[in-house]
Amino acid sequence: MIARQHIDNRFATVAPDETSEMPTGAEILIQALVAEGVETIFGYPGGAVLHIYDELWRARERITHYLVRHEQGAVHMAEGYARSTGRVGVVLVTSGPGATNAVTGIANAYMDSTPLVVITGQVPKHLIGTDAFQEVDTVGITRPCVKHNYLVRDARDLAAVVREAFHLARSGRPGPVVIDIPKDVSAQRVNYSRLDHVSFPFSDKPASVDHRSAEHALHTILNAKRPVLYIGGGITNSGAGDSLLSFAEALSLPVSPTLMGLGGFPSSHQLCLGMLGMHGTYAANMAVAESDLLVALGVRFDDRVTGKLATFAPQAQVIHVDIDPANIGKNVVPTLALTGDVRQALDQFYALAQQQSVERLQESIKQRESWWEQIRGWQRSQPLRYAGSQNQIKPQTVIRELHRATKGEALITTDVGQHQMWVAQFYPFTRTRQLITSGGLGTMGFGLPAAIGAQLALRDQMVVAVVGDGGFQMTNQEIATAIQYGLPVKVLIMNNGYLGMVRQWQEMFYDRTYSEVDISVAPDFVKLAEAYGAAGFRAERPEELRDVIEAGLNHKGIAVMDIVVSKEENVFPIVPAGANARDMIVQ
Amino acid sequence: MRHTLSITVADEPGELSRIVGLFSARGFNIETISVGKSLDPRWSRVTIVTRGDDRTIQQIVKQCERLARVREVQDVTTRPHIEREMALITVSARAGTERQEVLSLVSVFRAKVVDISHTEMIVEASGNKEKVDTFIELLRPIGVTDITRTGHIAINRLATREETPLAEEEFALSGIRT
Repeated sequence: MIARQHIDNRFATVAPDETSEMPTGAEILIQALVAEGVETIFGYPGGAVLHIYDELWRARERITHYLVRHEQGAVHMAEGYARSTGRVGVVLVTSGPGATNAVTGIANAYMDSTPLVVITGQVPKHLIGTDAFQEVDTVGITRPCVKHNYLVRDARDLAAVVREAFHLARSGRPGPVVIDIPKDVSAQRVNYSRLDHVSFPFSDKPASVDHRSAEHALHTILNAKRPVLYIGGGITNSGAGDSLLSFAEALSLPVSPTLMGLGGFPSSHQLCLGMLGMHGTYAANMAVAESDLLVALGVRFDDRVTGKLATFAPQAQVIHVDIDPANIGKNVVPTLALTGDVRQALDQFYALAQQQSVERLQESIKQRESWWEQIRGWQRSQPLRYAGSQNQIKPQTVIRELHRATKGEALITTDVGQHQMWVAQFYPFTRTRQLITSGGLGTMGFGLPAAIGAQLALRDQMVVAVVGDGGFQMTNQEIATAIQYGLPVKVLIMNNGYLGMVRQWQEMFYDRTYSEVDISVAPDFVKLAEAYGAAGFRAERPEELRDVIEAGLNHKGIAVMDIVVSKEENVFPIVPAGANARDMIVQ
Repeated sequence: MRHTLSITVADEPGELSRIVGLFSARGFNIETISVGKSLDPRWSRVTIVTRGDDRTIQQIVKQCERLARVREVQDVTTRPHIEREMALITVSARAGTERQEVLSLVSVFRAKVVDISHTEMIVEASGNKEKVDTFIELLRPIGVTDITRTGHIAINRLATREETPLAEEEFALSGIRT
């Protein structure tokens, strides 16, 4: 049982019936983490977690702790680690400011469905509620942005809590779980060593896709004349990339990923229409606007995708597959809802399609020929494009150059803003987990720590953090972490001296009133990199770009590439907030 | 439309605030709320009266069901059920016709006098919302000085006749949930 009468530890850290032979809460915690297969923890120590850090030191052969420079960095690193591997990321921070600094990362993980277990220290039980030093109501503060959280009042509950926390973090729609541990609980010695006998008091709610609905869905798809597969982060989380590819190819269906769905389907594939949404391609947005069937796979109809809901895909029937029942019908009421795992659903669709006669499949593909002609027309008339320049480096060129230099194989992380959209548009992703970006929360400063987390999970992978000069300055202290652990991440700063996306909106929708977006007073990023012990490179002129990117990527250690790009470049196309595909501004 | 939701949640510290927080964070409205233990003391029953169209109510139900410690969310409004609310009302009741008038209303509404002074009475009334509302409205001209209401509790009626199989009924009511 999780709920248990708690022992009053006001006057003693050792309960009278328990001796020093027995494990402490901290020991139980570490054992439980080892039992979950945890090898990596990102964290930052402090008073309330001293017992845990003491124990962690003893367990350092089994669990490697990465000491960050700010707790937000710890959570983003854990996110990068989790999103590059599919494993649960683990964070350990202290009470009060340690916990509040972690909140941005926790909220980010919640929005982007990333499995994390975040362990926070808390003041001793008898001080809770007294406004004690470094006390904050962590469970209260994090409640709206976690799948679940715990305040552990008895060390005997710890093993069960840890096991359930990992289960919750990775099951269903993944997300962050917080475990708040008062200092006296981590010191408490208890007669408890039965890790193997822990069972959850609460049942799991498994989701499997109903066969009849799958059949109905397939027939609707076969009969559709103008279908689009609208795919999101659920493809990555369920590992559905291959299943999607097989199914889309079998029926020759157009596919459009959201920002979170990029890599879920190869961007270079002829069936791929490019990204959907506010800064998506003209063809993708027009196809959805004209579609008669939208097959929504692992998505949540975010406002950055739909624009104005009332006129989103107005002629389309909607089949919505998602593992989170609350996503279904939240923003768009589907014609057919399938609650369950996206890969399972796609495999069922594919298997059912294989049972159809060859004539039936060919007939289905044939009736969409004119749809494909229409789509090709949109692609020809409005491809992604930008004006080149002789004397300024264009940010879009930077991404294309990065793509060329990395042969399209790098793992890319980003912050949020213009650089993020240019990455999404101009770096064709070909595999799931290749792009790790802050999608839902839109967190500046996410890219660098996320890259560090991904780099330590995948040592041989080229990992590049593409960031803006604004976001970089929010978490650049983590270069020290990368240096400390020899993680050779590459940082590419798209430096325009502005908070670019805000400036773009001010230009387009606020009469060019550039209110507080000039951040041209900044450190020399090359010198900053060197001050940390990393290598710094700078390109200011178009002819320098290729060499600087080559030099940065080929540098053995951490490299910071400061690319000075044209200052007032805008991201196009853009569907203004609350508008629709037809209102799209292409240039 | 008004709906009464019956939420079965683990009796653990903080679980109520999780539910209440979900309502405020997602912009749902709570008209009344009441909490108490269920048959099994490890589980609490939270009864919430809320307003919204069918889609909003479905969304509320699903969001509540996502909470790790919520075992069941029932929209009792969709089935035969009994709702009760209790109110304690302090009303002016000076000796004479005023007191007689209060007592006659108390008798009509099958309420109870639970406290009395020279000038006032506290009366206890229970029933569905409409009954309690009406009782208070009738007392108001006499001089109501304080009211405390419990909020609704609700329970499904016992089955006394053949009913359609539960699964089908649920299917029909839940619309898009397949």
